[in-house]
Amino acid sequence: MAVIGATASSGAKTRWALIDIVVVIYALVPVLWIVSLSFKTKETLTDGNFIPRSWTLQNYRDIFNTSEFLRALLNSIGIALIATVIAVVLGTMAAYAIARLDFPGKQLLVGASLLIAMFPQVSLVTPLFEMERTLGLFDTWPGLILPYITFALPLAIYTLSAFFREIPWELEKAAKMDGATPAQAFRRVIAPLAAPGVFTTAILVFIFCWNDFLFAISLTSTTSSRTVPAALSFFTGSSQFEDPTGTISAAAVVITIPIILFVLFFQRRIVAGLTSGAVKG
Amino acid sequence: MAEIVLDKVTKRYPDGALAVSDVDITIGDGEFIILVGPSGCGKSTTLNMIAGLEDITEGELRIDGKRVNERAPKDRDIAMVFQSYALYPHMSVRENMAFPLRLAHVDNATVTKKVEEAARILDLTQHLDRKPGNLSGGQRQRVAMGRAIVRSPKAFLMDEPLSNLDAKLRVQMRTSVAKLQRRLGTTTVYVTHDQTEAMTLGDRVVVMRGGLVQQVGSPQALYEQPTNLFVAGFIGSPSMNFLPATLADGQLQTPLGPVPLSDRIRRLVEAANAPSEVIVGLRPEHFEDAALLDEGERGRGGRFTATVDVLESMGSDKYAYFTVEGETATSAELDELAAESGSTEMTDDGSQIVTRLSAASGAREGAELEVWFDEDKLLLFDPSDGRNLTYAG
Amino acid sequence: MSQTAERTADTPVSPPAKKAVSEGKKAERKLGLWLCAPAALVMIAVTGYPIIYSIWLSLQRYDLRFPDQQKFVGLENYVTVLSNSYWWTAFGVTAMITVISVAIELVLGMGLALVMHRTLVMRGLVRTVALIPYGIVTVVAAFSWRYAWTQDTGYLAQLFAPDSALLTQRVPALAIIILAEVWKTVPFMALLLMAGLALVPDDLLKAASMDGASAWQRFTKVMVPVMKPAILVALLFRTLDAFRIFDNIFVLTSGAQETGSVSMQTYNNLIKGLNLGIGSTMSVLIFIAVAVIAFIFIKVFGTSAPGSDDGRKR
Ligand SMILES: Nc1ncnc2c1ncn2[C@@H]1O[C@H](COP(=O)(O)OP(=O)(O)OP(=O)(O)O)[C@@H](O)[C@H]1O
Ligand SMILES: [Mg+2]
Repeated sequence: MAVIGATASSGAKTRWALIDIVVVIYALVPVLWIVSLSFKTKETLTDGNFIPRSWTLQNYRDIFNTSEFLRALLNSIGIALIATVIAVVLGTMAAYAIARLDFPGKQLLVGASLLIAMFPQVSLVTPLFEMERTLGLFDTWPGLILPYITFALPLAIYTLSAFFREIPWELEKAAKMDGATPAQAFRRVIAPLAAPGVFTTAILVFIFCWNDFLFAISLTSTTSSRTVPAALSFFTGSSQFEDPTGTISAAAVVITIPIILFVLFFQRRIVAGLTSGAVKG
Repeated sequence: MAEIVLDKVTKRYPDGALAVSDVDITIGDGEFIILVGPSGCGKSTTLNMIAGLEDITEGELRIDGKRVNERAPKDRDIAMVFQSYALYPHMSVRENMAFPLRLAHVDNATVTKKVEEAARILDLTQHLDRKPGNLSGGQRQRVAMGRAIVRSPKAFLMDEPLSNLDAKLRVQMRTSVAKLQRRLGTTTVYVTHDQTEAMTLGDRVVVMRGGLVQQVGSPQALYEQPTNLFVAGFIGSPSMNFLPATLADGQLQTPLGPVPLSDRIRRLVEAANAPSEVIVGLRPEHFEDAALLDEGERGRGGRFTATVDVLESMGSDKYAYFTVEGETATSAELDELAAESGSTEMTDDGSQIVTRLSAASGAREGAELEVWFDEDKLLLFDPSDGRNLTYAG
Repeated sequence: MSQTAERTADTPVSPPAKKAVSEGKKAERKLGLWLCAPAALVMIAVTGYPIIYSIWLSLQRYDLRFPDQQKFVGLENYVTVLSNSYWWTAFGVTAMITVISVAIELVLGMGLALVMHRTLVMRGLVRTVALIPYGIVTVVAAFSWRYAWTQDTGYLAQLFAPDSALLTQRVPALAIIILAEVWKTVPFMALLLMAGLALVPDDLLKAASMDGASAWQRFTKVMVPVMKPAILVALLFRTLDAFRIFDNIFVLTSGAQETGSVSMQTYNNLIKGLNLGIGSTMSVLIFIAVAVIAFIFIKVFGTSAPGSDDGRKR
């Protein structure tokens, strides 16, 4: 941190490069380890080597041959996508109102969503379990989508209202003066400016839904709506006596792929989205 | 090009604030008109009503004789330049300027031609493919102008378009705006609270205060014949000096000594039915170092002797500041003006006077000086309502 | 308030304008309410109502295995839970994990934030890579740690303790849980802190070094005070988040050897025990604990709660 104004000497650069490498190792080793496990053959699985001695795709073949995993993957994708779309739409509406309009109860809504963001989710597990059983939502997609939306909404509202506050709304006026109808002003000026924020929020919300485990194991009982994180903990391997380590690792790698892609392609946006709300505070 | 008429236009915001009331202005075809006034007096609101960005609560707005109150901004064919420039950050300079044309479904060849022509006029040709975020303040300002001129609208509306520029650039841009307007001959309504812009740019100036039009007229007329204390104090820099005075038997008792009224002023004052307590207004340039005048000239004015508090030499002239003992002039208008200019020089022991003397004057700080003033140039105001008692109309 | 006064004052003058006044404002309010209503309804339906329902359930004897015996028992469930040593063990474990992991995260997170903010080389790469622990599914990461520490299978187990099953011993297991938790959440902490770092003006640091402050002094005397709000926000978020730890423990130890958190206890009670009365009691107790933590944070550290936007601070 002794870099103030001065142009970087090569010494400083080397030092930073070393520090950066430490960070990279820190972040990647656990991920590489599970990848490594997923490629190990049954014989070498328990050799404790970080790099597989012999490679195989058998674990991947196995999981894609079981309906259990495919079904869970379908559930995960479907539930996370639907919850993301709904949460982002509702969040966009609310965030627009919070950023742009004056109405009673605004502070209450902001405060309430803050509370929910910090809410102990486990406190809801018991009552939701009972309510969903009564309403017939237990072990269904909507039964998971609803809590996901709820806990994603505060995140969506915060991130989006931070983004919306940044939009120079005067441009709407300028567009009208340039001859745009209100619809054109929205489509050609406001929407392109708001889109990055909405998109970023969608990624964050998707990651959140994709990640959930507690609701997924508490509010499901069969494969009909169990998502991958929950299914992983029930994996037994293709036969009962088999050690499931390899298949679990392969499944884990599969559901990590979308996350890695998001991070690779949208790093800047994710960082901006995660920090925007915090800076305002 | 168009004639714009505001006919008893009033704006009341949804929260009940009366921003503009009963504004009557006729803006001639091709005219450059300036709206000035202190912050919050309703300039932007008036402009936004002409633009169609704000609804008109009462009254009528006519463009070329047609009522346009209900028309959307896009159907009024008016362009606007905003204080913040309001450039679309996701579009290049070229796209920004082309935007109004594209919305009007102008064909590509014409768009290119017009944008390039505007860019040439505004010296933006080499920046056409850059994004506004990477431009300097002056360049952004020109892009905003360019976006306004490309589609040759009936009128330009500009809301403090130069106020985000630094002083030097502002002077430059002021000249180019004036040139551009003359060249295009487009009716222009220009909002500012910069004195100099108001006096130098416009054909006519509208002075507003608290949502009401105070006076409309050419810069010279406003300067010489303000209708009231507010306009008198607002127009002119340094501003007019105000002193309390009593009027009796054709004589004026002022803190500077007794002043006989000239015939011209006496007639106006009598016609105006003046009260006995009045406020005298004298512009700084109507003072002079008495030592520099010959006998004849001296006789035509009043004289007083006072100590120079501060002397500022501008090269071409000298500004000398004096403190005049006694009461200070008080009125609602003067308080408002003081608040607007943020002046805190309200001394307890008398009023401050600013005088502009010839460069040849031998005035020195801390020394006494005999000062002469032109009795025939003084203005008298009624302290109760601020009206100019010497207004010749 | 002035609006009503004005209305009575000059109603006769311009009644149409008056009508427009209240309607314009009303329309905005109405739009605002309509836009927020769906979000608010969902949030109330899925959190507000269940929390009340769970308070009611916590006052019942209600075991799904014996549904006929449901009856109102007052605070009996609370007495049962609060006098149960398993509950207090779980509570102690949760509190300990929270305190230790948040403390470590703060230190490492600050370091990582400085690295991400100031590094001269590969800034994009560092930021990208640091996001991976944040984004990865907790269960996946937990499995990685579990297999890494499993005897024979794991590279870490081979490296550090080839002869013992660490995950089956209480203290090492808790340490591994904390390790997994810290690894996953340091980047998030760092990002929140980095947002605070971005608020420290460079000129301020230059001025401080002109005034003779060393790098460490610049950090403690200039950066930390300026960043204080960001630090508090990060601490509050992470503390409440750590308190609900579940996924890592579930995968790493399933709560064996007294490594279970309060969330684990509640889950076990519900799914294994099917005892809704006791489960709800625990839910309410956890809710209260979290509320107390949040309250202490806000009381002790003042009004710098996140999201309290301009309007609310006044
Ligand atoms: N959207 C609005 N809602 C309610 N009142 C408003 C609104 N916009 C402006 N006003 C009020 O109307 C009055 C006139 O505002 P306006 O913006 O026209 O002033 P202005 O002359 O342009 O001032 P400035 O020089 O500061 O730009 C002010 O008292 C202001 O508070
Ligand atoms: Mg304005």
